[in-house]
Amino acid sequence: MALDKNQIAQRISQELKHNMYVNLGIGIPTLVANFIPTGIDIEFQSENGVLGMGPFPFEGEEDPDMINAGKQTITTLPGAALFDSSTSFAMIRGKHVQLTVLGAMEVSENGDIANWKIPGKMVKGMGGAMDLVASAENIIVAMMHSNRKGESKILKTCTLPITGVNCVKKVVTNLAVLEVTDKGFKLLERAPGVSVEEIKNLTEADLIIEGKIPEMKL
Amino acid sequence: MINKVVNNIDEALKGVESNMTFMFGGFGLSGIPENVISRLSKIDLFGLTCISNNAGIDDFGLGLLLKRKQIKKMISSYVGENEEFERQMLSGELKVDLIPQGSLAERCRAGGAGIPAFFTPAGYGTEVAEGKEIREYNGKPHILESALTADFAFVKAWRGDNAGNLIFKGTARNFNPLMAMAGTITVAEVEELVPVGELDPNQIHTPGIFVQRILQGENYEKRIEQRTFRKRE
Repeated sequence: MALDKNQIAQRISQELKHNMYVNLGIGIPTLVANFIPTGIDIEFQSENGVLGMGPFPFEGEEDPDMINAGKQTITTLPGAALFDSSTSFAMIRGKHVQLTVLGAMEVSENGDIANWKIPGKMVKGMGGAMDLVASAENIIVAMMHSNRKGESKILKTCTLPITGVNCVKKVVTNLAVLEVTDKGFKLLERAPGVSVEEIKNLTEADLIIEGKIPEMKL
Repeated sequence: MINKVVNNIDEALKGVESNMTFMFGGFGLSGIPENVISRLSKIDLFGLTCISNNAGIDDFGLGLLLKRKQIKKMISSYVGENEEFERQMLSGELKVDLIPQGSLAERCRAGGAGIPAFFTPAGYGTEVAEGKEIREYNGKPHILESALTADFAFVKAWRGDNAGNLIFKGTARNFNPLMAMAGTITVAEVEELVPVGELDPNQIHTPGIFVQRILQGENYEKRIEQRTFRKRE
């Protein structure tokens, strides 16, 4: 069975390490915050200027002066800090934020990512994505394996305008966990009940497959 | 104390003209100078270049200036959520310069800090790098980005004093302190204007030297763009 969005987030949560500073992008990445393993301390950064982001407020307690980068109302946790946009991107560009999880339209085998522009369609902008992917030491992409037309989003080369080069380290999709290596995508894990053959058939890029590929544990 | 207080919105906007470049603080609708935008949307100013992270929504924020076609060019990082914006952009009436958010913030900061340009890794290898100087530092390519300044910078703070010192609240701080530094004339509107001595100097986010005019704002709507909440258990 292919994973749903929550399960993709759940699998990514296994990549969180104790005492990490993490930036989560909009969409599936936001869901990762719901699956922090017990006993692990994580601080979430949102690039509009908050570190130590907490859950959504209780109904009636929404504060227009307290939002995340997706413009959603949020809360802060004890120990949180607030700052301006320049300081926020100093945390990002300066590699103080250790892990970035973001969505993508395409990822290529050399780690390029495209997630901001579809030519001929309305361009909304890159927001903070280009700054995030240009600097983070560890970038994990959370996305569906195929687009709405059923075409693979795991490619030899990105066809859409790219957001950053040679930056993605790992991709978690509804079908597989892939590592970006010097030689291309390496298949690490497959979704429960999904065969290596199925993944190969639904992937445009070549896959490095070594030994028996384990199922993801959720 | 150098007194920066202006008594009304028209005094705050004295000197604004068509074809000028304006900066507006705010992220989405959080921390936008509501009083200034509302007044600008009612006076005959056109051909404006506006630097703002976002472009408001159809009936609020910079959307009000877009509706009257007062803006010629937007310099932003993200401009979704606005149909009139989309229409003007696709028809070519409106020029749009999209900039990575961190580069936008730093370009404003640099503009106010007397740094004409800087190298950043953001955007290397993408469309954003086209035509820009590339230089390698620590084995990694970076692109040259230039500073931004504006004829007027409009910012909004939570509290401010007569000397123009500002304190922001929550995530409404965002681009405001950076743009405050980069305006030839910086106008700060505040939720609460207090006499000097009321604010703790240790807690000032933007020192008054960056602010030329300060105005007690009124009737803040502070709209929420994406209201998200959880149920009480």
